[in-house]
Amino acid sequence: MVSETDNLLVSLKDVRFAYGEREILRGVNLKVPRGKVVAIMGGSGCGKTTLLRLIGGQLRATAGTVEVAGRNVSSLDTAELYEMRRRMGMLFQFGALFTDMSVFDNVAFPLREHTDLPFGLIRDMVLMKLNAVGLRGAADLMPAELSGGMARRVALARAIALDPMLIMYDEPFAGLDPISLGVIGQLIRKLNDALGATTIMVTHDIMESLQIVDYIYFVSEGGIVAEGTPDELRASKDPWVYQFIHAEPDGPVPFHYPAEALDECLIGGRAA
Amino acid sequence: MNGLLNFIRRLGAMAVEGVWRIGFAARFFMLLLRHSGQSLTRIHLTVREIYFSGVLSLLIIVVSGLFVGMVLGLQGYETLQRYGSGDALGVLVSLSLTRELGPVVAGLLFASRAGLAVTAEIGLMKTTEQLDAMDMMAVNPIARVVAPRFWGGVISMPLLAALFSAMGVFGGWLIGVVFIGVDDGAFWSQMQAAVDFRFDIMNGVIKSFVFGATVALIAVFEGYDCTPTAEGLSRAITRTVVTSALAILALDFVLTSLMFRGQS
Repeated sequence: MVSETDNLLVSLKDVRFAYGEREILRGVNLKVPRGKVVAIMGGSGCGKTTLLRLIGGQLRATAGTVEVAGRNVSSLDTAELYEMRRRMGMLFQFGALFTDMSVFDNVAFPLREHTDLPFGLIRDMVLMKLNAVGLRGAADLMPAELSGGMARRVALARAIALDPMLIMYDEPFAGLDPISLGVIGQLIRKLNDALGATTIMVTHDIMESLQIVDYIYFVSEGGIVAEGTPDELRASKDPWVYQFIHAEPDGPVPFHYPAEALDECLIGGRAA
Repeated sequence: MNGLLNFIRRLGAMAVEGVWRIGFAARFFMLLLRHSGQSLTRIHLTVREIYFSGVLSLLIIVVSGLFVGMVLGLQGYETLQRYGSGDALGVLVSLSLTRELGPVVAGLLFASRAGLAVTAEIGLMKTTEQLDAMDMMAVNPIARVVAPRFWGGVISMPLLAALFSAMGVFGGWLIGVVFIGVDDGAFWSQMQAAVDFRFDIMNGVIKSFVFGATVALIAVFEGYDCTPTAEGLSRAITRTVVTSALAILALDFVLTSLMFRGQS
């Protein structure tokens, strides 16, 4: 799949990134073809969200190139970056809805900011987006009145308000009940196909992801340690993949944070 | 020896951090000014913030102004009558309020009511990724969120200070004329003769404008710069109130020494 290099929307080549002295990514290579749903997986703190922020231009790579639609994100100035972001949608982990605006106003926000459309047209577009996520009836509610799953769906409607070419999801399934989780998963797939968009999803939820994505990258220790289609990964004997799919507590992703040997740090051990 | 070295090291680190923050605040201020156009072209954004910062602060300003004026009336009359100048109560109350107490006390109240609310709101928007979401929607949070709140504060503060002074004069009149019995005509006529519009009123307005800009800048900066955690937000709010209070008092000294130096 990823060999279709002429049809790539997002491409990361030898990307390195560090927060101060702490290097998070050490030479990541990743390709996302147009029209596909791609998941980025890995343990907590491995740099998945950092990858999304690099693609969205919120962070700049310390080395390597991040290309979106053929343009190097790191070299864009603010105006160019904003121009590119108008064609991107992002769903944050807990929705990040504007709490002082109603559901309707949240979804209308990007339309009002970036277009001069008349009120009637904006209203119709917002109701259509809300209808797509099943929340047309909740247009007048405030974010505080929504459940976690509903807030995530409203944020999804807002993310697709401008019909983006690329939709990014940061942990879209975190903290959801099984029903909401299934609903969000199906929406991600259906909206991607209906809009002809491309989706990058950062998630921990392997079971849901295997059902809806076209390709998966596993991130660990600053790089891509495994990748493949859902069928390839189900059949994989790779220890990284095995540990993740079978939720093993210990393996290539260690259970213990690096520390000196236990008997060396216990007082009893020293006394002996 | 190690303790001393550690102390010096910490002191140095604090100084570097302080200089760094001042530099960052200056850069932030320049960005804010650069992106202030939207606050004027989309005036409803600024009007909304004038409502939240100004109108919602009216109660505390009106009540505080009234009480400060009443206390000034009581204390001022007590002192003035010893020198047989009880009729000059209006002069004392009005000059105290327009020159000093109006801008300073209104500024302190404004910082603890509106400044704190602005820091909390922007800080919470940062903590809940609302600012990031806006940025990812190609909407500049400094232009859309920060600048209107800053200008809302700058516009509100002189109006609140003027209202504070007016209520204070009314409080002084209430105590002096209505309760103590100072002559009504003397109270107002001496005030009218002694208070100069340009020298006293306008200097007070300039002070309140400077305090408003200072408090508003501190409030938006602390909110925007806060560590996005509950503890970080709490610290940012505390810093807003403390820094604003110190800045108002220090600036008041500087402005007073520039405006009223050598005047009788």
